[in-house]
Amino acid sequence: MLTSLWQGKTLPVLVVCAIIAVFWYLGSIWLNADMQRMLFENNGQASYTTAELIEGTLTQEKPKLPTPGQILAELNKTVLETAPTSKRSLVYHGSVTISATLLGFLIGSMLGMGLAILVVHIKSLDRSLMPWVVASQTIPIIALAPMIVVIMNQFDVTGLIPKAVIAAYLSFFPVTVGMVKGLRSPDPLQLDLMQTYSASQWQTFLKLRVPASVPFLFASLKVGVAASLVGTVVAELTKSEDGGFGARLLGGSYYGQTIQIWAALFAAAACAWVLVSLVGVVDRVVTKAMGARP
Amino acid sequence: MSHSVIEASQLSLTFETNDGPVHALSDVSLNIQKGEFVSLIGPSGCGKTTLLRVIADLEQPSEGEISINGMSPHEARLKRAYGYVFQAPALYPWRTIGKNIALPLEIMGYSKSEQAERVRKGLDLVNLTGFEKKFPWQLSGGMQQRASIARALSFDPDLLLMDEPFGALDEIVRDKLNEQLLRLWEMTQKTVVFVTHSIPEAVFLSTKIVVMSPRPGKIHDIITCDFPRDRTLDIRETPEFIDVANRVRQGLREGHSYVD
Repeated sequence: MLTSLWQGKTLPVLVVCAIIAVFWYLGSIWLNADMQRMLFENNGQASYTTAELIEGTLTQEKPKLPTPGQILAELNKTVLETAPTSKRSLVYHGSVTISATLLGFLIGSMLGMGLAILVVHIKSLDRSLMPWVVASQTIPIIALAPMIVVIMNQFDVTGLIPKAVIAAYLSFFPVTVGMVKGLRSPDPLQLDLMQTYSASQWQTFLKLRVPASVPFLFASLKVGVAASLVGTVVAELTKSEDGGFGARLLGGSYYGQTIQIWAALFAAAACAWVLVSLVGVVDRVVTKAMGARP
Repeated sequence: MSHSVIEASQLSLTFETNDGPVHALSDVSLNIQKGEFVSLIGPSGCGKTTLLRVIADLEQPSEGEISINGMSPHEARLKRAYGYVFQAPALYPWRTIGKNIALPLEIMGYSKSEQAERVRKGLDLVNLTGFEKKFPWQLSGGMQQRASIARALSFDPDLLLMDEPFGALDEIVRDKLNEQLLRLWEMTQKTVVFVTHSIPEAVFLSTKIVVMSPRPGKIHDIITCDFPRDRTLDIRETPEFIDVANRVRQGLREGHSYVD
């Protein structure tokens, strides 16, 4: 039992988590100590033991750095103990974020693949379009997101769509870049082979370029789905009335609810992890069907 | 009653490179009859692969005339007149062996049942029956190259172009594949153009050996070999075999200038 733990990933992960937790608690004590001293002073408590001080730093309502225990307690309260339909439930906010993320990821990856196909097949587009694709990613999304929301609002497009568009804006880029590389990955020999069969460009695309691009595509999709979640959260900072993790972050920082912010961050990270893992599962199934070495 | 499959006259091909023009082929004239097994042999840089690629319409000659079955190489390629075997097996790793052999058939629009029948025949021809569902990485290098030969023959072209197909294999596997290729040629009566840099391989397989010399790539000598079609590896010990091999070696030596 113990040896299998050592050989597997479980124990190393647990050890790393424990080390992080120790440093985290030390950090919480250190960062929250000043505030705690002030709290004691305001309460007229002139003398206190170090133990009292430490205990105080770990149980503040609005700490500079909440402890992992406080964050877990908040997660427990907002995920498990609150009804999923309530606006105080992280499950509710999570579902808002995930739906925009998935829609944005779908739009972004379709757009990314479409652009890649065009760029690979039309030489002039390679030169004219690719610089714009790259330039699009140099604009900070935090500056662009409110403008997209405002402009789309002008055309009565509200709700899920503007957020999905912003998510798509972030996720199409890695898909385009990866897919272009993938579609160009066949070596000269594999292309010559198609030539000897006098295969059409369409046949070469379907039977050689597309299957050759699959490993590249999945690597990009993993980056893309995570970027899509980031895009959605940024969009929710602008459109906080609809809820979502971004709205929780914004609300938390408004009222100094640091525990709420950290809980939302943890929940968002967990969602990203699940999404990336799901893409990974599909990746494994597809690559296995395509004869990859186990 | 034989007729020419390949007729080339005064072919030249010059590649323009940053370091100036490279004369890959210069004044190459060659006639290959139906059913012949012709080897192109020479040191690297003599243009033997380039000549094969010109025949296959993968390169365009700068000067000269060439016809395949009376057509231009381009027309011949569009008519799928030849099967091409490359130096590497170039099997698509995401396709099973069976699916790899079926690739040209899919492209050429054969029916599903016809594809299955031809894949079965192809596997049988190269002794790979039972490996249909395996992926390329599960096979040895020699087996992969055999699969690529089956793929080239699957649509039954009359002309087989082979570019050092066994160059990357060890000598034991190579000998075995040479014998199998000879049987295959005897059985199918195809015309074969075979690029190699191995003298024993060329002498053992060929009815005609074209000795080429480099810079610029041109034909130095054409040697006919008349061993019976059902020859085995044993003939490599006979004086006749050694005689032809020596002629080839001498031709290579004359054509190869070491002065530079």
